[in-house]
Amino acid sequence: MIKSEADPSRYPTRREVVAGGAALPIAMSLSPPRAAAQSAAGNGTPSAVPVSVTVNGNHHALSLDPRTTLLDALREHLDLTGTKKGCDQGQCGACTVLINGRRVVSCLTLAVMTDGANVTTIEGLAKDGTLHPLQQAFIDHDAFQCGYCTPGQICSAAGLIAEGKAKTATEIRELMSGNICRCGAYTNIVAAIQQAMGQS
Amino acid sequence: MIDFQYSRASNVGEAISLMSNNPGAKFVAGGTNLVDLMKMDIERPTRLIDITRLQLNKVEETAGGGLRIGALVPNTDLAYHPAVEQRYPMLASAIMAGASQQLRNMASTGGNLLQRTRCAYFYDTATPCNKRRPGSGCSAIDGLNRMNAILGTSDACIAVHPSDMCVALAALEATVHVAGPRGERAIAFADFHRLPGDTPQRDSNLETDELITAIELPPRGFTSNYTYLKIRDRLSYAFALVSVAAGLELDGDTIKDARFALGGVAHKPWRNAQAEAALRGQPASEPTFTRAADLVVSDAKGFGHNAFKIDLARRTLVRALSQAARGTPQSQSNKKIA
Repeated sequence: MIKSEADPSRYPTRREVVAGGAALPIAMSLSPPRAAAQSAAGNGTPSAVPVSVTVNGNHHALSLDPRTTLLDALREHLDLTGTKKGCDQGQCGACTVLINGRRVVSCLTLAVMTDGANVTTIEGLAKDGTLHPLQQAFIDHDAFQCGYCTPGQICSAAGLIAEGKAKTATEIRELMSGNICRCGAYTNIVAAIQQAMGQS
Repeated sequence: MIDFQYSRASNVGEAISLMSNNPGAKFVAGGTNLVDLMKMDIERPTRLIDITRLQLNKVEETAGGGLRIGALVPNTDLAYHPAVEQRYPMLASAIMAGASQQLRNMASTGGNLLQRTRCAYFYDTATPCNKRRPGSGCSAIDGLNRMNAILGTSDACIAVHPSDMCVALAALEATVHVAGPRGERAIAFADFHRLPGDTPQRDSNLETDELITAIELPPRGFTSNYTYLKIRDRLSYAFALVSVAAGLELDGDTIKDARFALGGVAHKPWRNAQAEAALRGQPASEPTFTRAADLVVSDAKGFGHNAFKIDLARRTLVRALSQAARGTPQSQSNKKIA
């Protein structure tokens, strides 16, 4: 989509589009899971599957096309747009979330397979208005530029700290290699994780 | 992704009967490869049978002093399991050399064996590929084949198996336990994966209605003299150009026994019994290792872009055997090659 710099109000923002406030053709093109679900319903196959999942402490009973990934369920069905879709192929890590405390890529996780699971996304890390130590550390160390990979980086780092295997900067780099930052903020990301590790 | 039905199996018997009753179905566990291939329209299962609730997630001692690994044990759990770290460090190292921590958290032991090639033409549905569409031709033989095979190739396919874990399992001579409608059977690791021949659509000798239930490791783990050396374009999170899992048993400076397997060079983890035999009884020295490596690549064949892999495989094997002999295995964190 081409943006008009002269008149930015001419096009809806990404968030408005996701929230469904935009013209239908745009919403359809950016929301393939809903489009797919509709066509599937039209064909009579396959039937929606009930999925019971707890996200950031909130219980949700969903009925999903089995093709829906956890990533799309979070973004399109639960309006939790903090988890980002990067490559959608398990290569970039932008969609990293925690399932039962373990970091995974939500783009290669079918939502129906998470029935009964506890999912934590970037929206669930802050507690009572206080940022998670990793969130604060990323701010303190300016550990991002465009910010698109940041939710995945932070969720991945939360998983890394819980694993307790990385002790050195070298080990942090190796065990964070599943999270790509095209802006190249790696040095500050490692520093931020080291700060948060020291506090945990 | 095409429409598919979803079933959740609660035990092995139910999973096998669901598969028998639904031709075109596939088992799914970690999904890291299958879901990706379904999105690309390369895998088109009519039904997914979710096996993640099966009780196949234990690592158990065997009566013979080995280890039995349930097919659903995640790759991370296996690599960090104390018995694997202590008794099969080559396997732990190989697992940590592959993918990313997120993918290792998701991926299952059984699924790792069944991951499909990353040949660019297998993924590109606009091009011919005998593995994806039998009889359509191989685009890699005359194409961009830098990542492709140099050993065991055929006129139909020059794809490589992408796993790191399987290279170590081949060197350790693991056994694959499977269950199916005709009962259970055990497959020696060397017989599990296939060479492409004229049926490259078949990656392994597992039947479509069979389920991997466990991987069994024999007692011998080469704990003192081993390595997993992986050479790749990036230091982390990249598939191997060439990798070597090596284990030696030394008596002073003399090699009593040797095992090694190569990854990134063939349609299956590559063993060479003649080259291993050439190490036995010899001094653990570079000339010995070079003789064995020369034997391994003596019938290697390049296809243009990947011809450099022949010399790379030879050198990687010499380096890996040297690392193993010195007792300085390759670190998977600090990537400096010892």
